Amino acid sequence: MLKYFSLPILSLRFVPVWRRNFLVWKKLAIPAILGNLADPAFYMLGLGYGLGALLPQVGGMSYLAFLASGTVCYSTMNSASFEALYSGFSRMHVQKTWEAILNAPLTLDDVLLGELAWTVSKSLLSGLAILVIVWAMGLYDSFAMSLWVIPVIVLMGFCFTGMALVMNAVSPNYDFFMYYFTLAITPMVLLCGVFYPVDQLPAFLHAISAWLPLTHGIELVRPLMQGQTPEGILRHVLVLLAYGSVGYYIALGLTRRRLLK
Amino acid sequence: MDLLTARGLRKRYGGQEVVAGIDLAVRKGECFGLLGPNGAGKTTTLRLLLGLAEPDGGDITVLGQPVPARAREARIKIGVVPQFDNLDPDFSVRENLLAYGRYFGLDDDDVAARIPDLLEFAELRHKADANIQTLSGGMKRRLTLARALVNDPDLIFLDEPTTGLDPQARHMIWQRLRTLLGQGKTIVLTTHFMEEAERLCDRLAIMDHGRLIAEGGPRQLIDAHIEPQVVEVFGEGAEDWAVGHGQTLCARLERAGETLFCYTPHGETVTQALCEQAGAGLRYLSRPANLEDVFIRLTGRDLRD
Repeated sequence: MLKYFSLPILSLRFVPVWRRNFLVWKKLAIPAILGNLADPAFYMLGLGYGLGALLPQVGGMSYLAFLASGTVCYSTMNSASFEALYSGFSRMHVQKTWEAILNAPLTLDDVLLGELAWTVSKSLLSGLAILVIVWAMGLYDSFAMSLWVIPVIVLMGFCFTGMALVMNAVSPNYDFFMYYFTLAITPMVLLCGVFYPVDQLPAFLHAISAWLPLTHGIELVRPLMQGQTPEGILRHVLVLLAYGSVGYYIALGLTRRRLLK
Repeated sequence: MDLLTARGLRKRYGGQEVVAGIDLAVRKGECFGLLGPNGAGKTTTLRLLLGLAEPDGGDITVLGQPVPARAREARIKIGVVPQFDNLDPDFSVRENLLAYGRYFGLDDDDVAARIPDLLEFAELRHKADANIQTLSGGMKRRLTLARALVNDPDLIFLDEPTTGLDPQARHMIWQRLRTLLGQGKTIVLTTHFMEEAERLCDRLAIMDHGRLIAEGGPRQLIDAHIEPQVVEVFGEGAEDWAVGHGQTLCARLERAGETLFCYTPHGETVTQALCEQAGAGLRYLSRPANLEDVFIRLTGRDLRD
């Protein structure tokens, strides 16, 4: 058991795995981009204008601007989770793509690193798509400061991919992912400040929220959009890094146990 | 020269020893067949030889590299045709070869230059841009074989390469494997088609319950383990004949359902005796012993699933 949990071996051999996924994505790029962009954008605009008209300022900004920061984070999280779970599981378990790759001179560490890099890339695209709308609609304060959102998106992509890959490693089938979405993703969407400020929540939910990674992503992105330096940057970055790297480490060990036994 | 050696190879899953101490040596340029019923440990042995699972005991050397320690380096010059097709369903035939070539560190131009030859070899030139889902089972197998050759390997592993194919497709794969042997490639294949093993393999090992129970050339195995003639006797009178004549006439007599298998060095004596019993409701078939008889003799007639 312990031998599966040795440290990850990092190597550039992951690149062809990334390129394989990119080649597939390119063939289906239009519906993929539409899904990445249109769905969260409709929610953001619909709720932002609809609810926003009923609300005074929220957290010191228009409701639309408030929601825009939340949507960047939420969209990044969703994209990473879906890709690592449903698409990753298809490649690992259903199509046996990973098995085919392992017969070539790549190791499982290379394959999983390729999947990580790919999923982060895809979630970056989703986060960026919303960011572009934010820019186009002028929902930011300082363009230069809003550029810092990009590395935060990458960090969140890493965080949520690492977590999702753990689920992927232990899943018997697609239905299993419903547990993760229902018990982890949905609570985060509702508790971490996507739709309303966290301090609206009762104290115990507020306390839970402080431990959830999405909260830390949002607490970085929202001030950056408002042209402010976020408070407690290091803490937020470390929490996101910790969830991502601990998740990835556990996922790698469990996936090795699953496929290399 | 041995391209592959394994000594004292063991692998256990849970409480069961799936590979229970086997020794193998495969020479350069030969076709080596690993035969055995379902669950004998063939696929696990291949996984161990490729370094995809860690053995619980034993030493493996493949293409001069210790496995699993340097399995990755060994796999640079290995091609693998897995038991179940795992082609990329989102890609065309050509893209499958391209993506697979990249895993070997080949650059796109090198792979692109090799693709026409690979398609020619697999007789898939007219399908270069076809989607995988539109290919027949035989075409998919041929593409999987072509994919295994993308790195110009010295050693090719095939896990039940023709299972599920129709006779035409199977013969075509056999032809291609012979071509590869003619080019000096070394082949290790697992199969439970005795005909396949008999036609292609220079040497065979029969595996059961994780052990090798016989090894040698196809002819050698037949000579060593079985009487040269088999008379299969069936029909209503078969049981009476077995008791009255069979037991004295045959060197060995086996029953499988309603059929008697009479193993004998003197087929004609048996068939003559059967002729004299004409009208006793007997039908029979006399044939030379083959590898399947050896296989059944060594592994028994019980179902393995």
